[in-house]
Amino acid sequence: MKLAFSAADEAFRQAVRSFVREQLPGDIRRKVELGLRLEQADYVTWFNRLEARGWLTPGWPPEHGGPGWTHLQRFIFDEECLLGGAPRIIASGIQMLGPVLIAFGTPEQKARYLPDIRASRTWWAQGFSEPGSGSDLASLRTTAVLEPDGRHFVVNGHKVWTSYAQWCSMMFALVRTDPNAAKPQEGISFLLIDMTSPGLTVRPIRMLEGGTDLNECFLDNVRVPVENLVGELNQGWTCGKYLLGHERTGIAGIGSCKQQLARARQLAGQQGLGEDALLRALLQARLAQFEIELIALEATALRLLAPGQRSRVPQVEASMLKVRGTELRQAIYETLLDIAGPDALPFSAEAQFLEFLDAADDAPVAPVPPELASVAANCLDARKLSIYGGSNEVQRNLIAQAVLAAH
Amino acid sequence: MDFSLNDDDLALRDAVQRFCEGEYPAPERGNAETPAQAAQRHAALAELGLLGLQIPAELGGSALGPQAAMLAAEQLGRALANGNWLSNAVLMAPLLAEAGSPAQRSAWLPALAAGRLQVALACAEPEARYDLADVRSRAKPTADGGWSLSGRKALVLGGDVADLLLVVARTDGERRDRSGLSLFAIDAASPGLTRRPITLLDGRRAAQLDLQGVSLAADRLVGPLDAALPLVERAVERANAALCAESAGALEALLAMTCEHLKTRRQFGAPLAKFQALQHRVADMATALEQLKSMACVAAMALEAEDASERTRLVSAAMTLTAQLGRQCGLTAIQLHGAMGMTDECRVGHYAKRLIANGLLFGDAAFHLAAFDAARRPTAADLDLTP
Ligand SMILES: Cc1cc2nc3c(=O)[nH]c(=O)nc-3n(C[C@H](O)[C@H](O)[C@H](O)COP(=O)(O)OP(=O)(O)OC[C@H]3O[C@@H](n4cnc5c(N)ncnc54)[C@H](O)[C@@H]3O)c2cc1C
Repeated sequence: MKLAFSAADEAFRQAVRSFVREQLPGDIRRKVELGLRLEQADYVTWFNRLEARGWLTPGWPPEHGGPGWTHLQRFIFDEECLLGGAPRIIASGIQMLGPVLIAFGTPEQKARYLPDIRASRTWWAQGFSEPGSGSDLASLRTTAVLEPDGRHFVVNGHKVWTSYAQWCSMMFALVRTDPNAAKPQEGISFLLIDMTSPGLTVRPIRMLEGGTDLNECFLDNVRVPVENLVGELNQGWTCGKYLLGHERTGIAGIGSCKQQLARARQLAGQQGLGEDALLRALLQARLAQFEIELIALEATALRLLAPGQRSRVPQVEASMLKVRGTELRQAIYETLLDIAGPDALPFSAEAQFLEFLDAADDAPVAPVPPELASVAANCLDARKLSIYGGSNEVQRNLIAQAVLAAH
Repeated sequence: MDFSLNDDDLALRDAVQRFCEGEYPAPERGNAETPAQAAQRHAALAELGLLGLQIPAELGGSALGPQAAMLAAEQLGRALANGNWLSNAVLMAPLLAEAGSPAQRSAWLPALAAGRLQVALACAEPEARYDLADVRSRAKPTADGGWSLSGRKALVLGGDVADLLLVVARTDGERRDRSGLSLFAIDAASPGLTRRPITLLDGRRAAQLDLQGVSLAADRLVGPLDAALPLVERAVERANAALCAESAGALEALLAMTCEHLKTRRQFGAPLAKFQALQHRVADMATALEQLKSMACVAAMALEAEDASERTRLVSAAMTLTAQLGRQCGLTAIQLHGAMGMTDECRVGHYAKRLIANGLLFGDAAFHLAAFDAARRPTAADLDLTP
């Protein structure tokens, strides 16, 4: 055992760090550091630079353009990108669909879709959730019926909480193809749907923090060619489960924790919170506690990711990391809110855009410092962390079941 | 302690509740209101007598105490009524009644009670956080016996529409001195005054003020020269006590909404209410609600204490828990609603925002914890923690 990273891993870290420093445009970094909203173009700019270096799809095998990194290198890469102020890799094509197509897709599907994902030409929406099916995805009701000539599915239903659908031209969806299957998770298929198809409409949903990145999608007799089926008919649950495993690992967000903790320390200094002894002690203790939690989370992640390491409760590592990582991040966001104090109260959706902040500099009465303009919105937005990717309650159920079964 | 309510109290509570049911339909609670809607609702508050609760009878009010304010605040909180009741009826009316000269009182209080005059207290400054003595705005005497005011004010609740602004300014001393502060009444249209309207996290409205040599006649000084701080502190304590009650009311509505959701929403073939993990969180929310209701009573009763440090101690105790439990329960309710709870259309998030904002407005949990500690009564078993 050794506490330090190897020299090679350290060198890799430095390489990633300089890459981010040199390649990430300053205005994008500033938006990320201030917690402001990003446009699609911001993501695409960054993704294209990563792709040019061969680093956009670390989770993909080398034969499909992945860099062939170890788990540890991926971990270092994620952390350095986030610490350097880079946008998160949010495109679900890269992190969710890519691995599924690679594992279950036909050669034609791989050839047709993977290059466009890597070039950020196609953005994919994840059409899983429905109004009646959230945590219990197996109860989904959107149907796909094969036309008699066997060439098209006709899809009808209602998907909801579709992130960034407004930027997407394609959707991967779970749909019910056999309503008479014995168990609810049987009879579900994994389908690729062109979002410009007639009968598909998208409606944005306004969220608490002022954003509209979530959407509802209505599917009314949408025709989907049969070659857009991924994997076997009625075996979509296998693809879905495989995908959700990928979704959960990244969600621990250790790099984000570090990034937000650094933000908290910096703002605490700027807000002059050191004058009352008790307040200072409380805040210091809280920040120190976070740092300890982070060491434990990081060590756990690294230990569980290390080759040859298996915990006594297999398959629940991702759930454990998700629960701890998301709750730690939410606690740090709450502390940011506390640090901002009254400056967290002025609230407008516009204040989450750089143009607005820069314009406000000339206002007769100074608004809150730009570093604080989005703290409350960030804190509210962070509530999603314990809801999506399998809610934390559901993760705890999974962990408990596995632990009880193993003992 | 006596927590009982008499018939008058109950009648007031029911009247406010009925008012809220009519004026704030449940599906719209927390929505931003148009200026016309706000004005109409303010007039309706006056009609019901809620603006004059703490104004002497001879000046058009009903001269009720903090308990009445608590009952009203609780009901308004349940409905997320986000008008300017708090700034006019709680922060300002008792303050003007206490500090104003007979002429000022009769000029302003009947109009305030009738909803014709909106007033707002400008006590917070940028970078002062919650320290009411941290005032850099200055009022300098002028040759004609009046004053010239300059400085900046942050977060003036209701200040965007107020006709009259009561501004705390330094007439002596340095930043953070407890003496040397005075109160001045400024017309919103005064030359030299710029105000920037802002919307708060929970949809309440406020303003920031920029004062550049605003000139005032001698009769615009309100209360004693150089000794306004205790009056302002007391006004803010009244507001905090009301915020505690408001949060209790909001939490009551939120708990009801959450239970309803858990009983109707089905996942895995059962209503969510069947899952023990969620039941325990409801249990914690319900316990928090009872604590906040109790603390609202404690704070209201404490407002009548003679001893200033006893008042501060108990109001700060109430606000520490209001900030902590309010936020915790707000966020829990979002979680229990899943993605739905994060949408603007669902009322849950609006309630959560109000609960969070109440805990940031006039002191957050850490501020009140420190204030409580500084004002607390030493006990026999007290640890000596001095270094
Ligand atoms: C920001 C955001 C982005 C999203 N993006 C997408 C997307 O792109 N595509 C997509 O398909 N979906 C997306 N989702 C949806 C997400 O996957 C669901 O919100 C999630 O699965 C939870 O479902 P639900 O919201 O219906 O909550 P519900 O399932 O109704 O759960 C409500 C509450 O009950 C709890 N609960 C449920 N079952 C149990 C149980 N058995 N035991 C204990 N507690 C339980 C939950 O933990 C939660 O607290 C997104 C959600 C959010 C918030």
